[in-house]
Amino acid sequence: MATLTATRPEVIRTPGRDALVARAVTKTFKSSREGVRRAVNDVSLRVMRGEIYGLLGANGSGKSTLIRMFSTLLTPDEGEVRVFGLDIRADEDAVKRLINRVSVEASFFKKLSAMENLVYAGRLYGVAPDESRAKALVILRRLGVDIDRLNEPLEKLSRGMQQKVAIARAFLTAPTLLLLDEPTTGLDIRSKREVQTFVRDLRDEHDATIVLTTHDLDEAERLSDRIGILHDGRLVAEGTADELRARHGATALEDVFMSVTGRRLDEADAVAEDKTK
Amino acid sequence: MTQMGGQLGLAYAFVEREIALSKRYWAWELVWLVYGIVTSLSVAYIGLAAPAISGGVVDPAAVSHFVLYLLVGTIAWRFLGIIFENIGEVIAWERWEGTIEYTFMSPVPRFTHLIGMCGATLVRATAFSVAILGAVTLFVPVDLSHANALSAVVLLLVGAMAFVGLGIASASFPLLWTEKGLQMAYIVQAVVLLVSGVYYPVDVLPGWMQALSTISPATYVIRGMRAALLDGADLATLWPEVWPALLVGVLSVPLGLRLFVEVERYAKRTGRLKRSG
Ligand SMILES: Nc1ncnc2c1ncn2[C@@H]1O[C@H](COP(=O)(O)OP(=O)(O)O)[C@@H](O)[C@H]1O
Ligand SMILES: [Mg+2]
Repeated sequence: MATLTATRPEVIRTPGRDALVARAVTKTFKSSREGVRRAVNDVSLRVMRGEIYGLLGANGSGKSTLIRMFSTLLTPDEGEVRVFGLDIRADEDAVKRLINRVSVEASFFKKLSAMENLVYAGRLYGVAPDESRAKALVILRRLGVDIDRLNEPLEKLSRGMQQKVAIARAFLTAPTLLLLDEPTTGLDIRSKREVQTFVRDLRDEHDATIVLTTHDLDEAERLSDRIGILHDGRLVAEGTADELRARHGATALEDVFMSVTGRRLDEADAVAEDKTK
Repeated sequence: MTQMGGQLGLAYAFVEREIALSKRYWAWELVWLVYGIVTSLSVAYIGLAAPAISGGVVDPAAVSHFVLYLLVGTIAWRFLGIIFENIGEVIAWERWEGTIEYTFMSPVPRFTHLIGMCGATLVRATAFSVAILGAVTLFVPVDLSHANALSAVVLLLVGAMAFVGLGIASASFPLLWTEKGLQMAYIVQAVVLLVSGVYYPVDVLPGWMQALSTISPATYVIRGMRAALLDGADLATLWPEVWPALLVGVLSVPLGLRLFVEVERYAKRTGRLKRSG
């Protein structure tokens, strides 16, 4: 297990610039059905340049809400978010140029081909079509995508392939902060491994900082330099996997999760499922 | 200047995307085209049948005049209607495709995004109108010998601007009312059709509808188009029809944009950008 852990202490100790700083961020939703719901509650965190920060939490714990705030899609009610020192509200346009995000849903123009979607996405970030095509091919080959199918309507591709195209889309724009919201949820084992390997390689080869969310303990440990555990909108624990285990006298991350949230992760997911029904 | 070029490049991304989407949804485009041709042709036949329907003897020149009167209304309305609908669906369409968060996260200024969508819409509206006019002339004699083409084109452009502004304003409805926003926009469009004298002079309407007709830019554009195409009126003569429509455009474009940007902020505060969390 220890060898799989992607801990790179040198990154964490290097006093470089902060890639992402969130201070006391809170987000509340009001809906007629559920009433008032505090999705993110007083979260503060700091992600170093070049680091992979994993947000671990059950369904409904506030992971996506937090990621949406980092990507300017939601405005925090309270608190402050800075991306490479830029305020997400005051410097919104500059922040947008630095980030990209992959969401759980692939979110493409379904009838357009993968390539058409990628060229379009590239254009939005000022990347010329030829460059987009060339870059996309490199990334997609590495992700194990069948290149021959890139001109088919995207809806014909499997969920795994769509997700890989989504990752290529995000990476195409050379984001300095990449936000991956459950990038492997719903993928088959093989695709999942391919995506995980790619994320690791990405971090090793490029100057990219990654925040990824997951509700997969193994994935959190495999990919993240540091892990933050979200529970009911609060950040209840943070550290490297080893630190977390040591602090809670646990042998597995699962036990850490249990001791800080009072639930096993799969149970917590089941409860969240019930709530949405 | 380079900045302006950059923005045009970004705007072009939307034109290219919309053209690609039209190709992929070609069967639907064909449906709308056939529908448009059939509607306009049916209206033209009402004109041709005027003597038979009214039971009186009508001079052939008057019939030909009547047919052109109706055709100008139906085709100009189609042109303006496509603009209003396409722009009005900017949010709704991307919500349906599931791409809205990607568009709003990208570093494209909202103004540039909407300029791009307007460009795409103008291409589509022009292509449709020309195709319908061409198809109709195959079946019905259309006498454009007195037409003043310059006046007609200027009026259409002025009308396009007014409807772009109104379309942008109504595009924001789905961000305010996630469920009913689009329906509201369609109702507005239907009322505009009724009061703008598309198929008849507005004098036949009840007083309160006539009052509404004075605030619809379509009233002026269509009346002006008739004067230009039936009687060859020049722009100086048409000024009374041009300025009110121009005024609506000059006001509605900046106000519509302003509203849109405000509503976007509101949606980001309340989590309404995407339909479901
Ligand atoms: N746009 C929204 N409107 C209303 N409630 C929302 C919205 N987004 C998320 N929520 C609510 O906030 C809570 C956290 O959701 P989310 O951040 O999606 O959790 P996770 O990604 O960890 O599963 C849930 O209760 C969810 O229903
Ligand atoms: Mg989520």
